[in-house]
Amino acid sequence: MVKEFLKGNHAFAEAAIRAGVEAFYGYPITPSTEFLEHMARRLPSLGRAFVQAESEVAAINMVYGAACTGKRVMTASSSPGVSLMMEGISYIAGTEVPAVIVNIMRGGPGLGNIAPSQGDYYQMVKGGGHGDYFPIVLAPASVQEGIDSIALAFDLAEKYRSIVHVIVDGNMGQMMEPAELPPMREIPKEVPDWAVAGAKGRDANILTSIYIAPEDEEVTNLRLLKRWKEIEKNEVLFDEYLVDDAEILVIGFGTAGRVASSAIRDAREEGIKAGLLRPITLAPFPSQRLVELTKQVKRILVVEMNSGMMLDDIMKIVQGEIPIEFYGRMGGVTPLPDEILGEIKRVAANKEPGAEDPRDEWISRLEQLISGEK
Amino acid sequence: MVSTTAEVIYQRPESFTDVHTHYCPGCTHGTAHRLVAEVIDEMGLREKTIGVAPVGCSVFAYNYFNMDFVEAAHGRAPAMATGIKRVLPDNTVFTYQGDGDLASIGMAEIMHAAIRGENITVIFINNAIYGMTGGQMAPTTLPGMKTTSSPFGRDVETAGHPVRMAEILSTIDGSSYIVRRSLHNAANIRKSKKAIRLAFEAQERGLGFSMVELLSSCPTNWKLTAQEALNFVADEMVPVFPLGDYKVSPTLASLKV
Repeated sequence: MVKEFLKGNHAFAEAAIRAGVEAFYGYPITPSTEFLEHMARRLPSLGRAFVQAESEVAAINMVYGAACTGKRVMTASSSPGVSLMMEGISYIAGTEVPAVIVNIMRGGPGLGNIAPSQGDYYQMVKGGGHGDYFPIVLAPASVQEGIDSIALAFDLAEKYRSIVHVIVDGNMGQMMEPAELPPMREIPKEVPDWAVAGAKGRDANILTSIYIAPEDEEVTNLRLLKRWKEIEKNEVLFDEYLVDDAEILVIGFGTAGRVASSAIRDAREEGIKAGLLRPITLAPFPSQRLVELTKQVKRILVVEMNSGMMLDDIMKIVQGEIPIEFYGRMGGVTPLPDEILGEIKRVAANKEPGAEDPRDEWISRLEQLISGEK
Repeated sequence: MVSTTAEVIYQRPESFTDVHTHYCPGCTHGTAHRLVAEVIDEMGLREKTIGVAPVGCSVFAYNYFNMDFVEAAHGRAPAMATGIKRVLPDNTVFTYQGDGDLASIGMAEIMHAAIRGENITVIFINNAIYGMTGGQMAPTTLPGMKTTSSPFGRDVETAGHPVRMAEILSTIDGSSYIVRRSLHNAANIRKSKKAIRLAFEAQERGLGFSMVELLSSCPTNWKLTAQEALNFVADEMVPVFPLGDYKVSPTLASLKV
């Protein structure tokens, strides 16, 4: 295979096709629309299903239906659209059928804007829909990693009969970069024994998320929790850059992590021992690795394109062992490498990081920065 | 000699499970379920049928049908059925929905399933009330009818008039068979069964979206006896929801069942 110059949304959609997706149901929304357009062009000629639904609510319920047949099925949307899908996502989780959902995140809340954001961290990582369930969340940081994540997402979804979210900010959906697509995978012929396909020569299969007796629901909740503990044990993924001798650990996911790696390279040239931990699975989070690194590094700088959502999880893991500082841009603003370099230098020079909530000091720095930019 | 040969003329359909009902005495859900099961048996579709249950009194419909079933979110059954039918086009897919499910929260999903000409069959139970939540006003509640959420009677000035789904869906090009029947007496039950048969025939012939609306009784929430409730269907509901064929594809019109 050769590298091609690919746009994120097209590449992720094609990756899903090559991973054997048999149905795509979606609704247009910027900045994810090219994903749907690619599926509209490609799927019918392959004899696979494509429906432009009347809404994201309908789209996710179509996904739910197809997921119950055991076929590989997915949707892709962007933040406000994913909010609408949360009902169906909860039902899919409750019915324990596999589905892959891609969120090309944009600025919010509300209608917000169409610029790149990581503001859906809580919604995606913590569940988002009602009830006790745990989605797997992948957060790739390049077009190539996105391609690889899509194939992995289907495998994980089927292995655990789970929802897998692939979340990237709008940059990743819209940007073009060289990447290599995998070869076409054969679509498996066998039907999972739990799937609905017509009760021929077997008892009827019933797929539902209703457990009217609380005791039965509790058993289901427990099963989901135990499955999640397995996922936590087996499926953690992260990337590291120059952490071996690092004194300052920068933590960022997706685009924020990638921009931070440029800043770390520059910081190293200035003699600052900075390194990067970039979670690829936000759920399960690389908690164990972070605990190990906490024993090695002196400071942590969390960089996000939101108001510090992953920061909360990191603070919970680090438990005050070492000082944590935060730098975030919100509203669809992508931080530049120089901004993060400035933060790394500031952290390196700051002998007395004080505030209990790292956001407190960051808020005043951000206010200054915004007034300076105006 | 007296002949001892006996012929079975009435038995439980294979598509129907042998369980106790959870429906209230006098409710017509059981009748509707049985008609669907009989038709599926007669057409030999049981082993390839996938049912989609709604949210409402018939949320447990799958307990009564001996076939693969899924349980949809409230109102989303037509979307879920679409998702299934598009990946399993050779299977038979039907939804079974009440009036709150289909005509209120699921209005977008039912309309667009018909607009796409989705090749599925919809059994629509119209009893003019929300049964499962205990008797609230439905989009099909009659003018002046008292429910727990229209305690002084449905005021058409503020709550609008009952919606006629068969009429609306018959205007959509993707619809192949749209009729309204009633379950209030034996003659109408027989007509209902024939309609259900034709709706499934439409799907088997790939003609597109089919729906049978069945006027049904809810003695518990109407606070009537079983017989009074059936009379209410005949006397009060039929005038508001006229029975009839609203759209019949020419292919079906010539079909003898």
